[in-house]
Formats: sequence, C-alpha cells, structure tokens
Amino acid sequence: MSTRLQKGGRLIDRSRAATFTFNGKQLTGFAGDTLAAGLLANDQMLVGRSFKYHRPRGIVASGAEEPNALVNMGEGGRFEPNQRTTTTELFDGLTATSQNHWPSLEFDVGVVNNYAARFLPAGFYYKTFMFPRFAWKHVFEPVVRQSAGLGKVPQGPEVDRYEYAYAFCDLLIAGGGIAGLQAALVAGGAGKRVILVEQTPHWGGRAPVDGDVIDGISADEWVKKTVQALEKMSNVTMRLRCMAAGVYDHGYVLADEKVADHTPGDGRPRHRLWRIRAGKIIAATGAIERPLSFAGNDIPGVMLASAVRDYVVNYAVSPGDRTVIVTNNDDAYRTAIALKEAGLEVPVIVDARTNVTGDLPAKARAMGIRVEAGRAVVKVKGAKRVTGVAIGLQAGEGAVLEEIACDAVAMSGGWSPVVHLWSHCGGKLTWDDAQAHFRPDATRPPTNQDGAAMVATLGSANGQLSAAAALADVAAQLGGKAVTADTVHEAALEPVWIMPQGAGHKLKMKMFLDYQNDVKVSDVQLAAREGYTSVEHTKRYTTLGMATDQGKLSNINGLAVLAGALNDKIPNVGTTTFRPPYTPVPLGALAGESRGDIFQPLRKSPMHGWHEAHGAYMEPVGLWRRAYCYARGSETHEQAVQREILNARANVGMLDASTLGKIIVKGPDAGRFLDMLYTNVMSNLGIGKCRYGLMCNEQGFLSDDGVVIRLSDDSWLCHTTTGGADRIHAWMEDWLQCEWWDWKVYTANVTEEYAQIAVAGPNARMVLEKLGGMDVSKETLPFMSFADGTLGGLPVRVHRISFSGELSYEIATPAGHGLALWEALIEAGAEFGVMPYGTEAMHIMRAEKGFIMIGDETDGTVIPQDLNLGWAISKKKADYLGKRGQERTHLASPDRWKLAGFEALDGSVIPDGSYIIADGFNGNGQRNTQGRVTSTYYSPTLKKGIAMGLVKGGMDRLGDVVEFNTLTTATVKARVVDPVFYDKDGEKGNA
Amino acid sequence: MLILECPYCGVKADETELSPGYEAHLKRYGPGSSPEEFEAYMFARKNPKGVHFERWRHAYGCGKWFLAARCTATLEVFGTYPAQSGEPPAELQAKIKAKRPNWEGYK
Repeated sequence: MSTRLQKGGRLIDRSRAATFTFNGKQLTGFAGDTLAAGLLANDQMLVGRSFKYHRPRGIVASGAEEPNALVNMGEGGRFEPNQRTTTTELFDGLTATSQNHWPSLEFDVGVVNNYAARFLPAGFYYKTFMFPRFAWKHVFEPVVRQSAGLGKVPQGPEVDRYEYAYAFCDLLIAGGGIAGLQAALVAGGAGKRVILVEQTPHWGGRAPVDGDVIDGISADEWVKKTVQALEKMSNVTMRLRCMAAGVYDHGYVLADEKVADHTPGDGRPRHRLWRIRAGKIIAATGAIERPLSFAGNDIPGVMLASAVRDYVVNYAVSPGDRTVIVTNNDDAYRTAIALKEAGLEVPVIVDARTNVTGDLPAKARAMGIRVEAGRAVVKVKGAKRVTGVAIGLQAGEGAVLEEIACDAVAMSGGWSPVVHLWSHCGGKLTWDDAQAHFRPDATRPPTNQDGAAMVATLGSANGQLSAAAALADVAAQLGGKAVTADTVHEAALEPVWIMPQGAGHKLKMKMFLDYQNDVKVSDVQLAAREGYTSVEHTKRYTTLGMATDQGKLSNINGLAVLAGALNDKIPNVGTTTFRPPYTPVPLGALAGESRGDIFQPLRKSPMHGWHEAHGAYMEPVGLWRRAYCYARGSETHEQAVQREILNARANVGMLDASTLGKIIVKGPDAGRFLDMLYTNVMSNLGIGKCRYGLMCNEQGFLSDDGVVIRLSDDSWLCHTTTGGADRIHAWMEDWLQCEWWDWKVYTANVTEEYAQIAVAGPNARMVLEKLGGMDVSKETLPFMSFADGTLGGLPVRVHRISFSGELSYEIATPAGHGLALWEALIEAGAEFGVMPYGTEAMHIMRAEKGFIMIGDETDGTVIPQDLNLGWAISKKKADYLGKRGQERTHLASPDRWKLAGFEALDGSVIPDGSYIIADGFNGNGQRNTQGRVTSTYYSPTLKKGIAMGLVKGGMDRLGDVVEFNTLTTATVKARVVDPVFYDKDGEKGNA
Repeated sequence: MLILECPYCGVKADETELSPGYEAHLKRYGPGSSPEEFEAYMFARKNPKGVHFERWRHAYGCGKWFLAARCTATLEVFGTYPAQSGEPPAELQAKIKAKRPNWEGYK
C-alpha cells in the first residue's frame, strides 16, 4: 500500500486540504501535492493502461519524464487529455479520469492484447499493410483506429484564454536548480539581463531532496537565500511553472508558463507563451534517472529510485511499506536511506555491481540494510501491484535464488543529462563511458548568427551530477564567488542494459523500455534482426520514444539494447534527433490570442457596416469581407443573386468595389517602368484615359490584370485584383529596388485610401445625373476615360469602365466619403430601380461577357495567349516581364488548351472542376483529357447554363460537341461556343 | 527564426518582419537570350550547403529589399548590404574568406 506518512513533506501544507476526484472517487490531498502525490497518498498506484497491450500501469516518476500516469483532466471547456499527474499541481476541486481502458481501469477488455503480445511484435502496424491486401481495409484498419491514441479529443471550444509575452535578455537560464540559481546570481551580479525559468513550482531542483549541504548550510536554506538575493535584482526575471520548450535559430526560445493550470477560472490566462530572444542560453535542465530493464519493470509499484525519494521527502508519501531497491550505482542508496529514516522497510538493496564500495552503501549497511552485490531482479511478481521480486545473479540467465516479498521496487540505472535544449539547434553529444550517458560536447555547440556558441549546459545537464561538481561547473564556466557543496564519495556505476545480462526471450518479452508505447527489449532486438540497424529506423519501426514523453526514460536504454544487438558501441549507434517542445505545449498556448474574432486581421471597406445592415451575406476575399449577395426576406442566396443580375441588366445595380487594388506609379521613368510590367504599352496612354492591362511573371504566366489610368504626365494609377494589391505592389518594388534601381519611379499602395463604387446598368447615367455636379455624358466622358469632379457635393473620380458589360461608372472617392457617396447613390437611384449587387452577381455578369477572372481562368500555368488575350500583348515592345518566358517552345505549341465558351446541350450547368475527356486511357487507367472548365454558372440573363473553359484547339473548335466528366459515371455533352454570351458587340458598355 | 539587420533602417529584424526572395545577384535574361541562358536564370538556382547570398525584404518594416550573406548549414550571417549592389562588398567577401577558407567565391 502507498500511504501518507505522519511527518515530513517539505512541499506540502498539511493545514490546507484539497479535495479531488479520480474516476469519480472523492479523494483528499494537501496543498503543495502533485496529483501523483495525492493519488499515491490515497493508495491509487494503478492510474492507467498502456497503449498497446493495455497493461495496468502505475506512477513511475515524479516529474516531466513520467510515461504512464497520464490522465484526462477537467471537464467540458477545460477538458484536456494526457496530463501528467506528476507535474499537475493538486487543487481543491480537481477532477481527473484515467485513460485507455474499457469498460473500467480495474477491469479492461483490451488487456487481451497483453495475452496476444506475441502476435503484436515490433512493426505490427507495418506488417498489417503487407498482406493479405483486403485485410488492411476490413480487419486491421478498423481495429488499429479504434485503439489509436491515448486519451480523448476535447469536444467544443475551450473556455480559458491564453496570451503571448515577448522578452529579450542577455542570458536565458532554463532550470532553477542549484546550478541555474547560482548561474543567475553570477550573471545578474555582473549586470546582465537574465531570465530564469523553472518548469516546476519550486526553486532548487533535486539538491534539497538529496540532502546536499552548500556553503555550510542545507540546500533548502541556500536555495531560499539565493532566491531572495535574485529577487532583489531588477535585471533578473524569474518565472516558475515556466518550461523552456525549445531553442530555435539565432537565440530564439519558446517557453510555456502554466499561469493558472492550478487555479482554473481565476480570470488569468491559462498559459502564457514566452517568445524570447536571448543573447545566450544556459540549459541547467538537470538529469533524468534511467529505469533498469528487468522482467515486470512496468508493474504498478515499480518506480524510479529518485521518484520514491521525492515522494517520501517532498510529499511525505510512502510508495509502500517494503521497498526493494535495485541499482547499478550509489545514488539509489540515498533512497534506501530516506525510506529507512522515514521509518519504512527496505528488505534488500539489489546491486548489480559485484564490488560495492562508497560512502552511501557504507551508511546504508550501517543502518542495517541488507545489500546484495552482483545480484539482479529476475522478475517482479504481481499484476496490478507489486507483491515481490525474484532475485538472481546479474551475470546469470535468470535462475531464481530467492524471492522477497515487497510492495514497491525502486530502480536506478544511472542518470542521463537533459540535453534537449542543447541539441535542438544542432549541439553535438559525446558518450561518457564512466557515467554511461551522452552529455554535451562543449567543443561542438549550437551556434548563433555570429558563428559563436549559442547554448551552454551547466550542472547535471552537463554531466556534473553531484552538487559539488555542478557548482564547480558554474564557477568554471561563469566565474563568480566560489560556492562549494560538501562532497560525498560515490563509487563508479556499472552500465546495466539488460537484467540479468543473460536473460532469455521469455524474460525479455516483459522487459519494458518504452512504457507508454509498450516497446520491450525483445522488440528492439527483433528490429535489429529484421535489418533496422539505424537508430532512427528502429525508432519508427518499434515506436520506441515516439509517445507523448518522447522517450525521456526509454531512449538511452533502447539504443543501448540496439547497440548490444548490433554488436556495436553505443556512441556509434547514436541518438535520435531531439526536437522541440521539451514537454507538450497546448495548441491553445501556441495560438495565443489568435482565435475567434481576432484570429486574423479583418479588412473592411468604408461601406461594410451598410452591407451588414442590409442583409448582406459576407464572404472572405483574402483578409477582406465582401458582400456576396443581399438576400431579401425569404430569398435563397441563389434567388438573390439572380434578382441582382436581372435588375442590373434591366435597371441599375451598385457594387462595392473598394477592395480593388490601387497603386500609384509616379516619376520620370514611370511610363518606361509600366511598359516593362504590363504586356501592353502604358507609356502612350493619354491623360484622362483608361486601359486594360495584363501582368505576367518572368515565366510568362498571367499573374494579375486590371485597368490602368493616366493621371498626369508622370503618374499613373494601376488597379489590381482584390487579392493582388499587396503582392503586385511588392512585385513592383522588387524590380525597382533590385533590377532597375537607377530608374526614377515611386510607387504607393493607396488601396485603402479610396472607396470605389461601380454603378452599372442602363439607368446608371441617370443616377449620376440626378446627383449632379459634373458632366457624365457619353460625349464628355466616353467609354474607357475618366474625369475628376464632384457628385452630390462629394469629391470623386469617375471612370467609364465596365466589368459587367453594362453602361458602367466606377466612382472613386476618398475613403472617408465612401459611405456618404454610397448612400447618396442609393437614394438618387431609388426612382431608377437601383439595387446593390454582390460579388457573385459580379462573377456571373463578367462570365456572361466572357471576361476572364484571375484565379478562375488562370492558375499559374496559363499565358495570356491561352486566353485569347493576344490583343493585349505588344508586338513591338523589345521587352516586358514574361516576354522571354512566353517565347519558350512549349508555350508556343498549338496543342495548348485555350479559352472557349461552352453550353451544355441540355442547358444544364456543367459541374465545377469538370474535365473534357478525350479518347483512351492514361497509364493509371484514367480517361485522357483535352480540357477543363474554368468558370461555370447558371445565367439568369440567358436562362441557361454557361461556361468558360480551356480546350485543346480553343476557338478553332467552335461548334464541336465535347464531353465533360462528372463525379458519377455520367458525362455532360456541351457545344464549344464563343465565350462572349451577352452583348457580343459591346454596345451596352459603350452606351 | 533568423535575425537579419536591415542595412537601410538599421533594425535587427526578426524573421517575421521579413519576406524571403531567393538567390541574390541574378543576372536577368530577357528576349534574345538562348534557351540555356534563360533556363539558368529562371530555374537553375544555387542551393549550396554553406555560404549563400540571398534577397530579403524588410516587408513589415521599411519595405526595402536587401541582400544577405549567410551560411545555410550553421545559419551564421556574415553580413547584409543594399540590394543596389552589383556584387558583395569587398570587405564582406574578405570576411567570409577569412571564416570559410574553402569558400569558392560568390559567383
């Protein structure tokens, strides 16, 4: 049984009880407990089921490395799966449930996988892909999907909020143990801007638990004193519950601060994501104890020796009355001593080393603890809880010499430095034979923008495992006043990767390396036998280290077993790549404030509010919102669009065209520049005139189009598509700054400076004349010209351009007058039947006219010549952007698909995305194609379906009947026609 | 997340302020160029592991294009300079040569 001890517990406050529930059962702990400590205090050792075999699993660790004790936390809008109980602070009202079992934690049906384990070996998933072919779809996939993933996906929106914080510092120190604190003290004292982050709620790390003595005082007191000194330094920022998640290029660090995980609903953001630029980064991130690989090392009650010590010393929780220690090093003896001092029983210390010396074993022996040298745990007995261990020779094959009853096992296979932050940007590791671990190779650090070392590691993270060594490391690397810790002589550890070393297959089948993903010694050995000799391949084949703990416990043991199976040295096998984040960061924290209404910036035209107030259905166009249609009463969108079109064709319509890009190009060389930018000539455009132009990229493909107007001798205004404004402005600047930098040209993107309104329809002129202020007659203001003046007292520039095919005025006015002009036009137009129309009506009307739309008729592989726009390409210009590209043989081929119109023989609307099929099949058994539809609509004007598309032969195919495919086996027969369906002679637009 | 100093406004710009623009010091081949020249200009861009010259725009800052010399393997930045440069400044080339003795030059 695990239970709460009567005395002790340096982190808990016995005066403040915290009530919580686990699987609906009400339990009580103390403030300062972790959830894991609270569960253990209530004898809840069994907390989950493993991923693959559904084996009962208990708490193994006491920190971020915990692989087993993951739970669903919270409810409703605060539900979150896979929360580590060992890093979750207990609070009153906490609710948690266990994961990965059905129907209950104690009785689980999926455990049948455990008995079928021999049929679920490494690479099981991959093998199911292989044969028989039907089995994957009908047998394996449903089963694998059912059992995939730990925990449940949260449903519905989250109620908490998150925020970003930005910070800059000379030195970021990750880890608030004694090395990190001392480093902050030295750097802070030298005047550096320091940020010190610690992932737990406590400063000091392991030293207080281990009973270290620093500068003659207890580690607890030294930590307290040092923290007080740091708090007085204004140049030092300290954050608890703040995990440095990743180090990125040029000193960029992400850190996740758990602001209110332990105080839900108190109004603070749940997490704060720190985005830090650090001059230098120190990883004082400590080390993680390794498990030992013996049979049954995953049975609830088997824990890391350091974790057992943590629970006893920090939380006054006893994992069991009788705890067997199994180790290959001296450090685990600290756990034996702590247990004994807490009044608990340690029946035996099983030490794999044949020769046990050192101060700590001597102290343990003096306390009367039995020490068995050269011995191994052959297997752990028990199912849902440890009941005992069978002991044999480490050098042997597993013959049992003795069985010892116990209810907990504390294991230690040595310590591995936490090198993640060192490795994220390419810091290299070196194998330390004496301590049997990888540690940072200081001669091969990750480097910054100046080529200098960007990250350093200190203390345990640097392989300096004892307090004395860690503090000496700080002094050596950072200087400062020497701080010394009392030295405890520890004898060398002996690497033990399999226990006992000669164990047979049956035992190896129960030696777990990766607890969360159920990867065993036998799996890694199988992978090696099947040819997976690279550690990266073995990882993927066996899933070793791929779970949410990312192999914090399993990686070193796993690659040591792999090295053994390959008969190679561990450093030759190497490690897998360390990638951020160090522990999982909630997606909410990464999103920060970018959710809901402020997910991204919203661009609104000056008339946006009017549209919304008049029933507009708004559609996103880039960051803009544009009115799609203005439905009235019970109208469907489709009905509204048809009404808007028919009204514009019969009376007059108004479109908010403010989002159109507007770029002023000005200067002595502006004409020359525009001649390079557009395929046709713009330099000879008369002042007061408009001209349609095309822009291509250097490959010759059509990129944007729009009307260019000439404002004065040296200035033009270029209209671009709504989505193209920023891109085209950047494109202009690119050429002006990087290629023709001696040309005298300025550009200015004035898109948002002006509102623009299209008034289109046979009555358009009458509406403008009603407003009055300037002459808009055909004689004074003919088609493709513009004039400045006033309308209804508002300053305007009126363009005679038409995208609808109707008599049309596009009226620009300073943005501040946009709404006033819109409302004045609506009022003046009332007697002429004016109605606003939206983007969908605009699209259909332009298709009726056969006008192309960038993004519909173009897709980055279409040249203007494909769209019968040769008339807009200058033959006499020596050069323009895209000219050389268009001269490529393939683009001049007569086989290219070219624009034509299409009408289904039955008058229906050809489905969007349809291809025109050709005879025969291609190599994949698909029909050959000879074209595709690019725009297809029901035309209310013509009362039938109309379409534009690209077809081999283009307009040469007029009259041909072609077949479009559909999503079913049926096809649609259509005739190739002129794409100008409406007003072929352009009389209306010219009127 | 790179930091590049904009040579125009002097700001040490975060990568989020910048937009990339591929290889620097390209010679444009227009009408009249051979297929080989055009292909080299349009498609055969350098992708070295090591010293590389590239174009960046301080898009969310002063809006200026500039050029950067950077090691693609270590992300070390040797220097930035105005886009209106026919070739990398001599002192920058000397600096790179000193740091990367095996560097073959920017061409």
